[in-house]
Amino acid sequence: MTSYSRTLTLTSPQETTALAEQMAERLDVGDVILLEGPIGSGKSHLSRGIIQHLLEHTEDVPSPTFTIVQTYDAAEFTIWHCDFYRLSHPDEALELGLDEAFEDAVCLIEWPDRLGSDQPENALHINFEQLSEDERRLTFSYSDSKWQKLDGLLNG
Amino acid sequence: MAKQLTVLGIESSCDDTAAAVVRHTPGSTPEILSQVVVSQDELHKNFGGVVPEIAARAHTEKLDFCVEDALTEAAINLPDLDAIAVTSGPGLIGGVLSGVMCAKGLSAAANKPLIGVNHLAGHALTPRLTNQIEFPYLMLLVSGGHCQFLIVHDVDRFQRLGGTIDDAPGEAFDKTARLLGLGQPGGPHVEAAALKGDPARFRFPRPLLDRPDCDMSFSGLKTALLRAREAILAKKGGLTRKDQADLAAGFQQAVTAVLLEKSRRALKIYLELNPVKPVFAVAGGVSANQDIRAALETVCAESGVGFIAPPLSLCTDNGAMIAWAGLERFQRGLIDDLSLSARPRWPLDQTSPAMLGSGKKGAKA
Repeated sequence: MTSYSRTLTLTSPQETTALAEQMAERLDVGDVILLEGPIGSGKSHLSRGIIQHLLEHTEDVPSPTFTIVQTYDAAEFTIWHCDFYRLSHPDEALELGLDEAFEDAVCLIEWPDRLGSDQPENALHINFEQLSEDERRLTFSYSDSKWQKLDGLLNG
Repeated sequence: MAKQLTVLGIESSCDDTAAAVVRHTPGSTPEILSQVVVSQDELHKNFGGVVPEIAARAHTEKLDFCVEDALTEAAINLPDLDAIAVTSGPGLIGGVLSGVMCAKGLSAAANKPLIGVNHLAGHALTPRLTNQIEFPYLMLLVSGGHCQFLIVHDVDRFQRLGGTIDDAPGEAFDKTARLLGLGQPGGPHVEAAALKGDPARFRFPRPLLDRPDCDMSFSGLKTALLRAREAILAKKGGLTRKDQADLAAGFQQAVTAVLLEKSRRALKIYLELNPVKPVFAVAGGVSANQDIRAALETVCAESGVGFIAPPLSLCTDNGAMIAWAGLERFQRGLIDDLSLSARPRWPLDQTSPAMLGSGKKGAKA
């Protein structure tokens, strides 16, 4: 299977938000985005930006670390914002009904390594690296060509 | 005349499973007849972190025992109850669902009224259980998953003045403990390390203090701590105990400063209501932190407001607060039926504007 990978460097939280909003416009039901990277690298910030852009009415987007999953109703689909840091076994994610969400929602998943081999093959992986106080390097990789819809983000 | 009420409360919206029986005789202090909590502390230790109870099944198994123990301990039987109260949200869907199912079963079997309680309302009404205070009072809920200022006007009327736009302080404490190589849960470990540290060595940001509102942000603080840690690691290759203690102290001081200043602002808004006996109550696991508690007491003393922090066993998740909130709802005729559904997300105050992530503002910048 061919896989694609590209890199974006973001120099401010505002740029991350702008990217989130552009991404949000292009998401469809069944899209799963796996956000990988250490604490403080911007995973939640990007997720929050995507969710808030898609919500018709402004709502809180609290950290899902404690609740593991927060769901939101956007105009055209439900968004699952997940943080699997606290999971110890992939089965637990399935208990949450995640496999169905993969099909009929948009899923933004932080700490997806906890899913092990249950990570969907058609997911978009975004790896976050913190280069300096405000600078982040995001590496997008995928094997499903549907993600070509994200080409040209931030004119990159 | 109102009669004596005895209510069972069931709570399984997060990691713990709990049940309790509370009795209130008009004119006297409410009594907690029993209180059972099956916590996962042992598990936490084994895994070096907080392990959530995801599976509805596991909650269901524990719920049966919890309810049975709570009734036995209270020396009452199901028919002696006036109502069955249950947390119907917000929280982890598996837990909330199994709690609601359990309560529905009991309600149907014993033919007792069913009352769905908002978990946060349970916390917010606890000061009335412990201290019989009058409405309206100011409340700070500060825990692993929550941080908000509320004016509690009535049993079902909560006005949110502000809250965290990202992480809750409890979460920030946990993540700080992780970054510093301290144990979990992070709160007590960071607090213990901070006692030996110099809070002046690292100056961490006090996010959103420049904004006049009661909103808070703790996510950036964690990033700042990470950066300070990286700088030390780059220089010496590891953290000494002193580094750990100084970082913990600096972090705790920043959290305390933010809570202190935002409490001051929340009090100002609250006092505009001219409450007869003004009270500021704090609940949630983070209120166990002595530094934070002392700061809040100071700010109350400054403005002549009473300060209440219910005992920790009633500040963390428990069944008694749900029984009590259910009892208060029952008195107002706020009763549900078997169509009660689990609500994983359920803001207490649906009229105040939502807290925006800092990102939203940035987009327009």
